Amino acid sequence: MSLAGSIAIAGVHEHETRWAPDKTELQIMAESARGALADCGLGLGDVDGLFAASMSMGAMGTVSLSEYLNIKPRYLDGTNIGGSSFVAHVNHAAAAIHAGLCEVALVLYGSTAASNALAIGTGMGGGGRDPNGAFIGPYGMTTVGSYALVAQRHMHLYGTRSEQLAEISVAMRKHASLNPNAKMRKPISVDDVLESRMISDPLHLLDCCIISDGGGAVVVTSLERARDLAKAPVVLLGCGEAVAHQEIGSPDLLTLAAKQSGEHAFGMAGVSHDDVDFCTIYDSFTITVLATLENLGFCKPGEGGDFVSGGRIALGGALPVNPDGGGLSNNHPGMRGIFLVIEATRQLRGECGERQVQGASLGLAHGTGGTIGALHSGATLILGRD
Amino acid sequence: MPPDFEHPKPAASWETRAYWEGCGRHELVLQRCDDCGSVQHRPRAICASCLSSAVSHFVASGRGRVYTYTITRQNGVPPFRDALPYVLAYVDLEEGPRLMTNIVGCDPEEVSIGQEVVVDFQDVDASDLGEAGGSFAVPRFRPA
Ligand SMILES: [Zn+2]
Repeated sequence: MSLAGSIAIAGVHEHETRWAPDKTELQIMAESARGALADCGLGLGDVDGLFAASMSMGAMGTVSLSEYLNIKPRYLDGTNIGGSSFVAHVNHAAAAIHAGLCEVALVLYGSTAASNALAIGTGMGGGGRDPNGAFIGPYGMTTVGSYALVAQRHMHLYGTRSEQLAEISVAMRKHASLNPNAKMRKPISVDDVLESRMISDPLHLLDCCIISDGGGAVVVTSLERARDLAKAPVVLLGCGEAVAHQEIGSPDLLTLAAKQSGEHAFGMAGVSHDDVDFCTIYDSFTITVLATLENLGFCKPGEGGDFVSGGRIALGGALPVNPDGGGLSNNHPGMRGIFLVIEATRQLRGECGERQVQGASLGLAHGTGGTIGALHSGATLILGRD
Repeated sequence: MPPDFEHPKPAASWETRAYWEGCGRHELVLQRCDDCGSVQHRPRAICASCLSSAVSHFVASGRGRVYTYTITRQNGVPPFRDALPYVLAYVDLEEGPRLMTNIVGCDPEEVSIGQEVVVDFQDVDASDLGEAGGSFAVPRFRPA
């Protein structure tokens, strides 16, 4: 049996916290695990595969996490490719389950980025010791700045306007207003975005994701087993991963990792773009969404500005993106990929209440990790109903 | 025009030392593979096109054009914190490679994509590194 169509997401949980000065990363992971296992009716003793990454986990990270949870998994994966890691973990878990190396995989993330006062977007730029960083460190590239380099190039080549990028923030905030757990729920207008202060031209404050605490968990298992569990299985139909970097001095900043990972995922799933009912796309910045949609093939290069305008990616539009409010308004605890999987799963189960995409039967989740102006990863999942 | 600022010291290794030493002589040095002819940046001990170890350095013209840029208006980390607003950019060199840099020597609002720029070196005080420190500089670009 092929991997595509034989693996399912059985349980998910998005930790409700957005501000947790009284919690640790491991605690948030464990509380998320409790939620996701309860969601599907499994227990800790059923878990035999552990997949995790965080902003502080390094070597031995998944071993320490096993100790914290007092579990002895037979498969460990601490892949850390940035914020996309958890989308990649689902791919890896699917491969491990398909190969018979584990049966119930737990994917975890936890972070106290906000209560630790991490300046994720604008606190970088020192001289790093890693060899690639040595050619970036002297120049003060912030995370926002890296994405701004892409936005500026896109505007220059295609005439993309700040108003079009702002439409993305407005749509995410509209979605967050329907999500009781979201951190930023007060609706905003295009003018609000344009009038917010410039952080790194052409990106304004409201073109940037928020910083929160939080975490989440996903349980992956075989479709066969998932069918016996509490919730309707969400089936993995296609997946892909990719990296993009400076290519010995010839990076095309408008070609994202999403192009390669998306092509693989669509090919594997055997579906077309028109079949996709909604997307969850890493929205670290507005430009991330626009450039990712182009690279995934939902529109041609340069057409992203029109594609996101007029409410087309808001609920009720042609292709709703991030119905939970995304990183721009719901939550962004450092590495956001796990929430892309959680929201896509919940949408496909039809349990999203006011923010439900009506008739959602096929969804795409795409995570971006790192900084698209210098070095980044991408991971794509295409998910459907059983 | 915003104040110039002292760049953080680049972290040189044996693989990249020739690049930073070239900068110390105020020469922008790139690599070319003796076997396949590929020009590469950033420098490394092998050719990333054919894995040959026969990689030589040559002095580039130091002329190029702005590929893209951003005016950085918020960064909490010194020394950048005190240099706001400053311009982060990619420059396309005449010899091909596209490298990350800062554009200095002009009002940030005057920078534009396609603008002709030339390399401009800021010497780095590496005396704290002793003899191993050698003579380094950080390459930035200014309007031609
Ligand atoms: Zn070669």
